[in-house]
Amino acid sequence: MRLNGFWMTGTAALALVAAGAGAQEDQAPESPVAGQPMVDALTIVSWGGAYQESQLKAYVEPYVEANPELEVTWDESSAEAVAGMRAQSEADNITWDLVDVTAADAMRLCDEGLAMEVDINEIAAPAPDGTEAEEDFGEDMLVSDCFIPQIAYSYTFGYRTDVEDWGGESPSEICDVFDLEAFPGRRSLEKRPHNNMEWALMCDGVPQDEIYETLETDEGQDRALAKLDTIKDETVWWTAGADTPQLLADGEVVMGSTYNGRLFSLIAEQDQPVEMMWDAQAYDLDGWVIPEGLDEATLNRVKDFLWFATDTQRLADQAKYISYGPARDSSAPLVGQHAELGIDMAPHMPTNPENAQNAYVQNFEWWADYRDDLDAKFQAWLAQ
Amino acid sequence: MSDAAPGPAHLAGPTPDTVLRDADRARGPVLAADGTPLKRSLNRALRAQKLRALGLIAPLLLFVVVTFIAPIADMLFRSVENEIVGQTLPRTVVALDETWDGQGAPDEEVYRALAADLMVASELKNHTRLGSRLNYETTGMSSLFRRSGRDVDDIGEVYADQFIDLDAAWEEPATWVALMADPGWDERQAAWHERRDAAEAERAAAETVEELRALAFTEREPRFRVSDMAQEELPRTARIYAQFAQVIQTENADSPTEEEPWNIVYQALYEDLSAARGRNYEGREGALLDAARDAVGSFETQPVKAFFLEEIDEEWGDPRVWGTISAFSSPYTAGYFLSSIDMQLTPQGIEPQPEDQQIYGLLFKRTMVMSMTIMFACIALGYPIAYLLSNLPVRTSNLLMILVLLPFWTSLLVRTSAWKVLLQQQGVINDTLVWLGLVADGNRLELINNQTGTIIAMTHILLPFMILPLYSVMKTIPPQYVRAARSLGATPWTAFRRVYFPQSVPGIGAGCILVFILAIGYYITPELVGGTTGTFVSNRIAYHISSSLNWGLAAALGSILLAFVLVLYYLYDRIVGIDNVSLG
Repeated sequence: MRLNGFWMTGTAALALVAAGAGAQEDQAPESPVAGQPMVDALTIVSWGGAYQESQLKAYVEPYVEANPELEVTWDESSAEAVAGMRAQSEADNITWDLVDVTAADAMRLCDEGLAMEVDINEIAAPAPDGTEAEEDFGEDMLVSDCFIPQIAYSYTFGYRTDVEDWGGESPSEICDVFDLEAFPGRRSLEKRPHNNMEWALMCDGVPQDEIYETLETDEGQDRALAKLDTIKDETVWWTAGADTPQLLADGEVVMGSTYNGRLFSLIAEQDQPVEMMWDAQAYDLDGWVIPEGLDEATLNRVKDFLWFATDTQRLADQAKYISYGPARDSSAPLVGQHAELGIDMAPHMPTNPENAQNAYVQNFEWWADYRDDLDAKFQAWLAQ
Repeated sequence: MSDAAPGPAHLAGPTPDTVLRDADRARGPVLAADGTPLKRSLNRALRAQKLRALGLIAPLLLFVVVTFIAPIADMLFRSVENEIVGQTLPRTVVALDETWDGQGAPDEEVYRALAADLMVASELKNHTRLGSRLNYETTGMSSLFRRSGRDVDDIGEVYADQFIDLDAAWEEPATWVALMADPGWDERQAAWHERRDAAEAERAAAETVEELRALAFTEREPRFRVSDMAQEELPRTARIYAQFAQVIQTENADSPTEEEPWNIVYQALYEDLSAARGRNYEGREGALLDAARDAVGSFETQPVKAFFLEEIDEEWGDPRVWGTISAFSSPYTAGYFLSSIDMQLTPQGIEPQPEDQQIYGLLFKRTMVMSMTIMFACIALGYPIAYLLSNLPVRTSNLLMILVLLPFWTSLLVRTSAWKVLLQQQGVINDTLVWLGLVADGNRLELINNQTGTIIAMTHILLPFMILPLYSVMKTIPPQYVRAARSLGATPWTAFRRVYFPQSVPGIGAGCILVFILAIGYYITPELVGGTTGTFVSNRIAYHISSSLNWGLAAALGSILLAFVLVLYYLYDRIVGIDNVSLG
């Protein structure tokens, strides 16, 4: 899988980067819409929190500095982006100019005709070495015609390091989550079937490449739920990404799944007695979509901004503020140290080869089909 | 006094009434000062007054209608609305209805209709939207439509290739326009084209946003018209070509003069020609058409049905897929309402959902039971507090009132999060209990992420809604009544039960209605502290609105919830009487 190759360049390359970065900066050619009339206001929809902060620092602030006439408004509605864009489109009143969404949401927005189809080479600058954007992102990243990728993140587990009942052992593989004997204590899992079903089957002896095939059958679904049944009584179900870090910090749970960036900030920034367990982390992507129906002057501004914000250096800069892997191949060697803590970010990236050994990519298209059915089943199972 | 006291009519002498009536009869209607009958004049004055009153409340009325009633009605309407199937697959739905018997795969005719519908839909990007809609009913429809949309433009390619091999002129958009277009359209189109080019040139020089917007060229290309000749002689081709031209013009803002027609247009032409139509065609490109007619006999053919099953997806042969399309082809559907009571609409009729997917019955029951529990908990806790508040001296009671209102003024999220801190297993309450030795450390109480958590947190949050109406009613109960009862020998309990309590019932009624109606619609608190067993049906509504985007189902669930409230309100009115409800 190509994602694994992200970090093959390794630390040696990173050492070079510190020197090389300065020279590479600002080499991207001017955006194709430069000089054309464009609006002076931009409404960007994102997730809020540390992620939005990383966007602000890495490319919104530098862009505004270069274009002082621009006024940026943030709307922290990415979690409801699909519903919001559908409502705006039905009301024929598009108020968002650029929306940050996950890959699965981008696919749905594209399916519904709510997001604009783009030619990635016209939106994103080529890499400094001249590689076209399409190749630089790669087809693993370009999951939808509307999707302009920014980062790869993952769903992974964190565990407390101070659990006495574990006798000095610590969980090292995904199946330890289902092992209540060796690792007693409560877990937190997301309150939806995504990933939980995959992990359950993995630990029920289904090979990784047969998981979705198995999940298509009633028996396979029952099998996954039966496996989850073994830990159901010991599980707290989360709905917000901040839940697991809080539950871990409070000692409410001893291990739990969440976005890797949240765990990074819990471990590195808040210094809690928690460690990462990278085994069987599930990759997901996050990126931009442009709402369908913007007028030309607004679109020019959006394009001009995206040209800058998705270039190689800007995506690499973002990784200084949050431990998510940049979506461009060419950004990987430019990732440096955390902006405040000064630690190397590479080992904390989900795409770091050591972390990525047993990783998998969610099958977005499969979930688009089975989401409704499995969700009904999963919720009925939860409610029992 | 006698019961049979005679009324004024029985009196012999004149009364004021009869005098007036007699005067009326004698002199006609009473007139106002300006000579119009008094009645009419009065009515006019009153009407003006009523209009003025209406005018005064009109802004509010309009505001409520526009911002509240209309959106809610629109949302609830979605629970039955289902136009997307008929609108996206108009020909397929008709053909399916006419020819399919519900068994196996339908005939070629249906697939042909589907090819045309899908071609249009994929150009308009409607097919994936329809796929998402049908996926609510049958798993797999979403990707089936997405995949089919990708391949649908290959249908008929085999014919297009053969026509083009025959004569490269068939590839030219101009050939098709000459063949199909009404001659008048050609001229109008050319004139429009000139105007547009001029406008574009001007626009390219725009320097500011305002200029760019002002110079936008909004005039549309004249709408494509098929010539009568083509319509008559090549009916199939003309129909699909007209569709093609319309899509190209309206959706892609392009022109049929610049786009090669879809492959299915070639297929339609093949069908027309091989059915020996078009013999009397007299118009431009007639020779080309004649040459093609002679050649089509030896063309390689490919049935659309075979193409769908072999090249696009074999699932198109599955009667389940067709059954779903057929069952949901009408513009209105009971499907969403059926889903919200754990039933489903299938081609065979209405059936219960598979047992492991039944969830809404349970949730409705749970929502009702838990809302009742919360309501009673609020009465139990709120009644004594309200009593205390209404009987203390004003200064003390005002101070206590602030304590009641303080949480009311705090953000809902903050209060709910505070309950998390208090109730969780490593939380304040459990810690205290363990410290006191009441609970073993390994056996801490589960107070959150279950029904207990929801009941505790929501009782706290809704308590002011019970206390306030109770307090304002109790405030008006004169203390003399209880004192009188006591002095007449009632025990304190009897005095309370027979004298005080009945007077406080209107307050309980108001509090109950407020708390119960607020409770069944709550979703933030159950979401945060309810875990899996303490969530309400409103949590599913929120899920369907913001995550699954199944707005129809959300609307159906919402309608049912609304109906529940109205029925309970009606019952309450019948039993207690709504006039007995008082907010003070």
